[in-house]
Amino acid sequence: MSESSSFYSSSVGKKILMAVTGMILFFFVLFHMAGNLQIFIGQVELDRYSRFLHSVPEILWLVRIAVIFSFLVHIIAAVQVWLQSRRARPIKYKVRANLATDVAARTMVWTGPIILLFVIYHLLHLTYGAIYPSLFEEGQVYHNLIASFQLWPIAIVYIIANLGLGFHLYHGLWSLTQTLGWTHPRFDSFRRVAAAVIGIGIAAANIAIPVSVLAGWVS
Amino acid sequence: MKLTLHIWRQNGPNAKGRFVTYTHDKVNEHMSFLEMLDVLNQELIERGEEPVAFEHDCREGVCGMCGFVINGLPHGGRKGTTTCQLHMRHFSDGDELTLEPWRSAAFPVLRDLVVDRSSFDRIIQAGGFISVHTGAPPDASTLLVPKDDAELAMDYAECIGCGACVAACPNGAAMLFMSAKIAHLGMLPQGKIEADRRVRAMAEAMEKEAFGSCTNYTSCEAACPKEISISAIARMNADYRRAFLPGKPVGGGKLEKVKLLPAT
Amino acid sequence: MKLDARIPSGQLPDKWSSFRDHVKLLSPANKRKHTIIVVGTGLAGASAAATLAELGFTIKTFCYQDSARRAHSIAAQGGINATKNYPYDGDSVWRLFYDTIKGGDFRGREANTYRLAELSSNIIDQCVAQGVPFARDYAGYLANRSFGGALVSRTFYARGATGQQLLLGAYSALSRQVAAGAVEMHPRSDVQDIVVVDGKARGIIVRDMLTGELSAYAADAVILATGGYANVFYLSTNAKGCNTTATWRAHRRGAGFANPCYMQIHPTCIPQSGDYQSKLTLMSESLRNDGRVWVPRKKGDTRNPNDIPEEERNYYLEEKYPAYGNMVPRDVASRNAKYWCDRGYGVGPSGRGVYLDLKDAIERLGVETIRQRYGNLFDMYERITGENAYEVPMRIYPAPHYTMGGLWVDYHLMSNIPGLFVLGEANFSDHGANRLGASALMQGLADGYFIIPNTIGEYFVNERLQEVSTAAAEFKDAMADVDQRLKKLLAVNGTKTVDHFHRELGRIMWDDVGMSRNAKGLEDAIQRIGQLREQFWSDVRVPGDNNELNQELEKAARVADFLELGELIARDALAREESAGGHFREEHQTEEGEALRDDEHFQHVAVWEFTGEGKEPVRHTEPLVFEAVTPTQRSYK
Repeated sequence: MSESSSFYSSSVGKKILMAVTGMILFFFVLFHMAGNLQIFIGQVELDRYSRFLHSVPEILWLVRIAVIFSFLVHIIAAVQVWLQSRRARPIKYKVRANLATDVAARTMVWTGPIILLFVIYHLLHLTYGAIYPSLFEEGQVYHNLIASFQLWPIAIVYIIANLGLGFHLYHGLWSLTQTLGWTHPRFDSFRRVAAAVIGIGIAAANIAIPVSVLAGWVS
Repeated sequence: MKLTLHIWRQNGPNAKGRFVTYTHDKVNEHMSFLEMLDVLNQELIERGEEPVAFEHDCREGVCGMCGFVINGLPHGGRKGTTTCQLHMRHFSDGDELTLEPWRSAAFPVLRDLVVDRSSFDRIIQAGGFISVHTGAPPDASTLLVPKDDAELAMDYAECIGCGACVAACPNGAAMLFMSAKIAHLGMLPQGKIEADRRVRAMAEAMEKEAFGSCTNYTSCEAACPKEISISAIARMNADYRRAFLPGKPVGGGKLEKVKLLPAT
Repeated sequence: MKLDARIPSGQLPDKWSSFRDHVKLLSPANKRKHTIIVVGTGLAGASAAATLAELGFTIKTFCYQDSARRAHSIAAQGGINATKNYPYDGDSVWRLFYDTIKGGDFRGREANTYRLAELSSNIIDQCVAQGVPFARDYAGYLANRSFGGALVSRTFYARGATGQQLLLGAYSALSRQVAAGAVEMHPRSDVQDIVVVDGKARGIIVRDMLTGELSAYAADAVILATGGYANVFYLSTNAKGCNTTATWRAHRRGAGFANPCYMQIHPTCIPQSGDYQSKLTLMSESLRNDGRVWVPRKKGDTRNPNDIPEEERNYYLEEKYPAYGNMVPRDVASRNAKYWCDRGYGVGPSGRGVYLDLKDAIERLGVETIRQRYGNLFDMYERITGENAYEVPMRIYPAPHYTMGGLWVDYHLMSNIPGLFVLGEANFSDHGANRLGASALMQGLADGYFIIPNTIGEYFVNERLQEVSTAAAEFKDAMADVDQRLKKLLAVNGTKTVDHFHRELGRIMWDDVGMSRNAKGLEDAIQRIGQLREQFWSDVRVPGDNNELNQELEKAARVADFLELGELIARDALAREESAGGHFREEHQTEEGEALRDDEHFQHVAVWEFTGEGKEPVRHTEPLVFEAVTPTQRSYK
């Protein structure tokens, strides 16, 4: 067995890969959020930012490939460890008590697929303009956002998906400190707080966009 | 005190199991949980029924033999307490309790509440040791260990191998058990030497058993009667990652087989 | 019965090294050809199996638990003695030897005890190398504490779980050999008989505890490391599964049983709370370092202990033994607790308890220091009693804990059956009539790591062993015996449970063969145990079948053996017309009520020979010769 397949063959290795790819995805989400928040500065700035991102297609695609690759590895490993864990308890307990776990941890298996479906929706919606072609104008990011978020069904999809993302990030970020072995008695208790702050922060910031549009604060 | 008990009864490894309900009205608050079952068993025997099989030995919380799930909680869920040290004063008259064996594909049920935990032994055999021969090691005082490290190593070393972590984990993972040994030995200078090989060998051995994977639910830590911290799992993860870094021996360094015959 | 202790000649300090210099060695190529059976995986068994496997022998190991890691050595709390003298407080090999032989009331074998003290240091080195996380000081050096009546700090410890850590060390060494294919491990295996062929131990009969299947295993030597027999009392600090079956079956096959009446009643256990009680829990003796033992001066005083003023408290150990105070040896502390409770001064619901009070220490050192030292013990006390010992004094009472007696062995740790070796608590060798604290772990590991690997080889060199197969008649006969016995237990189908008989036996033992004994009580006990045994075989009810996991059948087979051993203990206690260590005959005491030895008539090991069922056993003796020390009256004043 080669070293890399040996690494991956263990669920410990799979989890480490999930943590690393999760971290890449997290940084992507973070930058994506930061960029989108420019909507609150104004149309000109946001559209300029969008053009800037597309200015060097090689770099854009490099980033996209890294993100897509991370996404695939993250999902494949997740499915594999999920199946492994299901097999590990063929007979369920009659009385179930959720010991020490929280909602975020227990719903990873749901928030994950929700995010996947949302990403597909999001790409179809704002990258390819396939959801509401009539409202979509290539390259007019600000216009596209405002026009579609004024429709509440679209806004709701984004809000729900970002709530899922927030939960997923909270447990994921905390988890990755465990999985990458970042532990020390001095900051162990801080890890959860930090993950919660970041998870809530990103979700809130993302959700602020459709909410503001829906409320008419941004138009 | 009177209790209603729903107990998992299963005659053998391949038999079909079911819950049987017993009413127990001779419960005294000073009894331990196992003594409560002893009294039930005495009555069952006198009535000509088969007693409930459960494992136990030291009955002072350290051998790791006892344990089953009480109302969904391994060892009954009291902090830092094994089933044998759980006392009936924590229950109330009229309580209804469901007793189930550890549920894990890696711990097949042998009878009633008794399960087979030999998978734990196999994980330890793969590398849960320091490869020192009996004989003449250096004087103990030549090896200094910072007090904090020794204390932390002891925290991890207190694992009793009862399996509550696996039973509590929604994924049926054995990470806390395995990592407690890895973290214990890895905290000590004499254990660091084989750290790469140890973590790889033990992780590989664990993968051969039917355990699940860790998703950081932390139920294991909450269920552990020795309150072993999940920081052990973090340490193991770090060890595993480091064991594959460039420059490390391929395969983590293989376990030296004991020489049965001297080279001649 | 031939009892040659085979003690090497020479001065006491030179005996072991001279033995090692001259012992015949087995060629490495021949070691592989020898199969050794090791029964029991506690400190002695696991360390022996691991080390012998390392040396190249083929090892088969058996234990009744589901894993080797669970043997009851794991429950030892306090610590392990070694003569490192790191604290520089005057310790030496001689001093540990002398303390041990004196603590045993000069009823131990000088050479064995000296060797134990000599090897103690190596054990610490070995265990540290294995990764045992002993307590350390801030500079990273190993920490020591004073323990169990020693005037020097020579006890190494790992919190309150020293036994666990040492056992897990030995278990890890054993696991390494299992992985290497050098040890064949058989858990959930109940050894039912020892097979003797041509006068030599050549195998065992084992019951698979999951299927009930009986199997025979042949070997060139059999090592028993099966622990002690304190469970003869039903209530003891031993694990529920601890039993005498292997040693008792060996005794029935011809092995001499030495000093069965030497049993240790440990002074600091949590008192019994009711009839349903299944076992007693020990609180580490280390608590006596900082705790003060007392009873109220007024009989039947039911006041809250915190309301009893200082002048109305009787710190009886401090008053009676000013030099050692609360740190007197276990037998002395236990007898004094019984003395005050018998006279109506006992505390707690049953009146069978005395206070162990850490209030002064908490005031002197602060709660945090006490929590660091004993936190896990206080937690355990609270789990069991529901009381907070930081606020009210603990209640303690003596409980059967350890048995100094066991199968007779010589200096090589071989019994009088050639090829049958006995290690750890299962043998009688090193502790005389009373064991000092933190010495049992030391003995188990010394026997397993350092003694048996040096002595067993010579047996194979000297004896030219013939091949033996499990098809031999002796194996077939032994197997048939076991099978018949188990079937008989199932066939009785009486009215009373196994526990009923075990409890009854325990009651007889505790009342008449316990902390203090007299001729009338012992004669009475012998008779009552005999009657109980008859009732057992005619009225016991063992449910279920032989071909399944049947915990009642396992228990029944063990209790049947305890019912025979119990009588032998009483006989030994009756025959020993003196008091020594843990054996206290009311007829033989000093004016102050201390144990009074009779060196003229009883300075010997009593070794009992089994002569057949229903026949009186025969008492042989091995004289104890003291060349280096002079037996004195123990005094802890």
